[in-house]
Amino acid sequence: MINQSNKTLNTNITKLVNQPYKYGFSTKVETEIIEKGLNENVIRLISQKKNEPSFLLNFRLKSYKKWKKMKCPEWAQLKFSEINYQDIIYYSAPKLKKKLKSLDEIDPELLETFEKLGISLSEQKRLTNVAVDAVFDSVSIGTTFKEELAEQGIIFCSMSEAIQDYPEFIQQYLGTVVPIGDNYFSALNSAVFTDGSFCYIPKNIKCPLDLSTYFRINDQESGQFERTLIIADTNSQVSYLEGCTAPQYDNNQLHAAIVELIAFENASIKYSTVQNWYAGNEIGEGGVYNFVTKRGLCAGDNSKISWTQVETGSNITWKYPSCLLVGSNSQGEFYSVALTNNYQQADTGTKMIHVGKHTRSRIVSKGISAGKSKNTYRGLVNITSKALGARNYSQCDSLLIGNLSNANTFPVISVQNSTTKLEHEASTSKIGEEQIFYFLQRGISIEKGIELMISGFCQDVFTELPLEFAAEADRLLSLKLEGSVG
Amino acid sequence: MSKNTPVLEIRNLKAAINKNEILNNLNLKVYKGEIHAIMGPNGSGKSTFSKVLAGHPAYEVLEGDILFNGLSILNLDPEEISHLGIFLAFQYPIEIPGVSNEDFLRLAYNSKQKSKNLPDVDPLEFLTIINQKLELVDMSPLFLSRNVNEGFSGGEKKRNEILQMILLDSELSILDETDSGLDIDALKVISKGINTFMTDDKAIILITHYQRLLDYIKPDFVHVMQNGKIIKTGTGELAKELELKGYEWLKT
Repeated sequence: MINQSNKTLNTNITKLVNQPYKYGFSTKVETEIIEKGLNENVIRLISQKKNEPSFLLNFRLKSYKKWKKMKCPEWAQLKFSEINYQDIIYYSAPKLKKKLKSLDEIDPELLETFEKLGISLSEQKRLTNVAVDAVFDSVSIGTTFKEELAEQGIIFCSMSEAIQDYPEFIQQYLGTVVPIGDNYFSALNSAVFTDGSFCYIPKNIKCPLDLSTYFRINDQESGQFERTLIIADTNSQVSYLEGCTAPQYDNNQLHAAIVELIAFENASIKYSTVQNWYAGNEIGEGGVYNFVTKRGLCAGDNSKISWTQVETGSNITWKYPSCLLVGSNSQGEFYSVALTNNYQQADTGTKMIHVGKHTRSRIVSKGISAGKSKNTYRGLVNITSKALGARNYSQCDSLLIGNLSNANTFPVISVQNSTTKLEHEASTSKIGEEQIFYFLQRGISIEKGIELMISGFCQDVFTELPLEFAAEADRLLSLKLEGSVG
Repeated sequence: MSKNTPVLEIRNLKAAINKNEILNNLNLKVYKGEIHAIMGPNGSGKSTFSKVLAGHPAYEVLEGDILFNGLSILNLDPEEISHLGIFLAFQYPIEIPGVSNEDFLRLAYNSKQKSKNLPDVDPLEFLTIINQKLELVDMSPLFLSRNVNEGFSGGEKKRNEILQMILLDSELSILDETDSGLDIDALKVISKGINTFMTDDKAIILITHYQRLLDYIKPDFVHVMQNGKIIKTGTGELAKELELKGYEWLKT
């Protein structure tokens, strides 16, 4: 009895979730690359190409030495074949004819690529309320609204520019939140990172625009290793958005990024991601390996860092945006929706480390698994002995679609003082054949039914997203789960 | 379609789930304005019959035909069958976490509107419509903001089914053990709702184990189902007889 219904259900679901990936095109541009492979010379070459100060070259070399001694972590609920690090291009940049004076001089081919992705960089058509830094393979190709932001003292530029123009910030803060030896992928990134975004919000400034970086992997064999560093000085505020896509290739591309956030006294940083890397095809070939280290430091009293992520893409996602709550009364938040389909694997969650007094954290995680995918929540709430009066609320919900998907939850809680208040809620639900039949019997289509269930399930997270992103996320999820009943 | 065309005609229906034949040589005609009760021991195929009618994908029709107003519905999707005008009140109404009853009901209503090429009703208009229907089954508007069937008591779930039946105003409604698990007050409320809903243009099939429902809703015909077919047909009197004697004496 069960077999028959499983079969029917799975055909329906498969049709439903197998929508083609919209961003799978690639752009033909002339690129300048450093030959495949990783060794000290490649690192020196990257540093030289970017005309970097010596402290940075040393930082890279030190990282490389650490990385060589480390091993790829195996504790995650992920299965993938060993990555051949000698078979990756570490530097691939579109060839620029001359130094650009304005964004309108960017290669039209590149402008068009971002245009197609819905990110307009040209003066006339750019988004009116979001400043964008566009990163193509290894380099940033342009940043909008730079001058307007500079008037308020806000620095928003590519990491390469920041290294040239604001080396003192980079030297002081780079690698302070995520130390180079933190983990295997952070060490790798620290050795070979090529670009990313840098942002500094000065004291008492509320950033008037949402800042955004859009990452695009184009080259088939290149990895993307970018770094983002955001510093919010005393009493400042910023909302930051990150988007990403990649072309459809049948091999796996590696993306190993680091994001570091620092919030000083009374400052607040809101970091939102909609991750839509190519996820591989329906039998699990191709797609991006996404190994990302994201961490925020609430350094000052009353500071706040909030992570919101909607993870829909990548073949493999390994990502734990975390908060170090050092300042008294500081707050950390993590809101996540992770959707996996086909053979996608996601091992994602957060770490909330409470150090300061009366620190608070809130975790809301929603995992949706369809197809034969594997979706894991992994979280750590660590309340140290000094964090008197700390509070944490965690909620981990899983939604299974069909009968072949897999959901795991590994919440770890460690409390070292008795004045802590802690709550943990978890639930698992399933969109099964009977629910779908119920919708259908009431005349509601399978797409509408699933859309309704998913958006109900994700509501708590979507309300945390900035407006433009919330619409995008809703659209993205229904797109991923759209199709017709056979 | 002539006036004599039954709303529902089942011809020599043979149906199976996972290769197990449950229905065998089932025949039935239901005309407009009629209420049919189907009784029978556990495992006789009553619920299977309701699922097959609604087009549940797990069941396979091996032989025979199901005609709705003279047209075969065998190759239709459950969604299309619903739009044609067949409603199934579930024996075990499904819980749908995260979806409010109001959104669910409005979506169902608007899907039906769309199938008839009528415009969507907006949430405010819908509230007026649904509030009238709520009164018919004595439900509080508070039900609208709760998630579909989640945390509902057995009686509330069944009431919610009848509410949907009234809202969607289908021509043929199959009520699968809507009376089971109800206390006497809830049974009265639901029966009243069903009786108000029933008109000369509609037809209802009641699947039940107990005669007591038939004290409140008078069936035109009572059928006894066994081993996947109807073995005896009678009137309300037959139900009373069954209540006294059980099903054993009918065994052939």
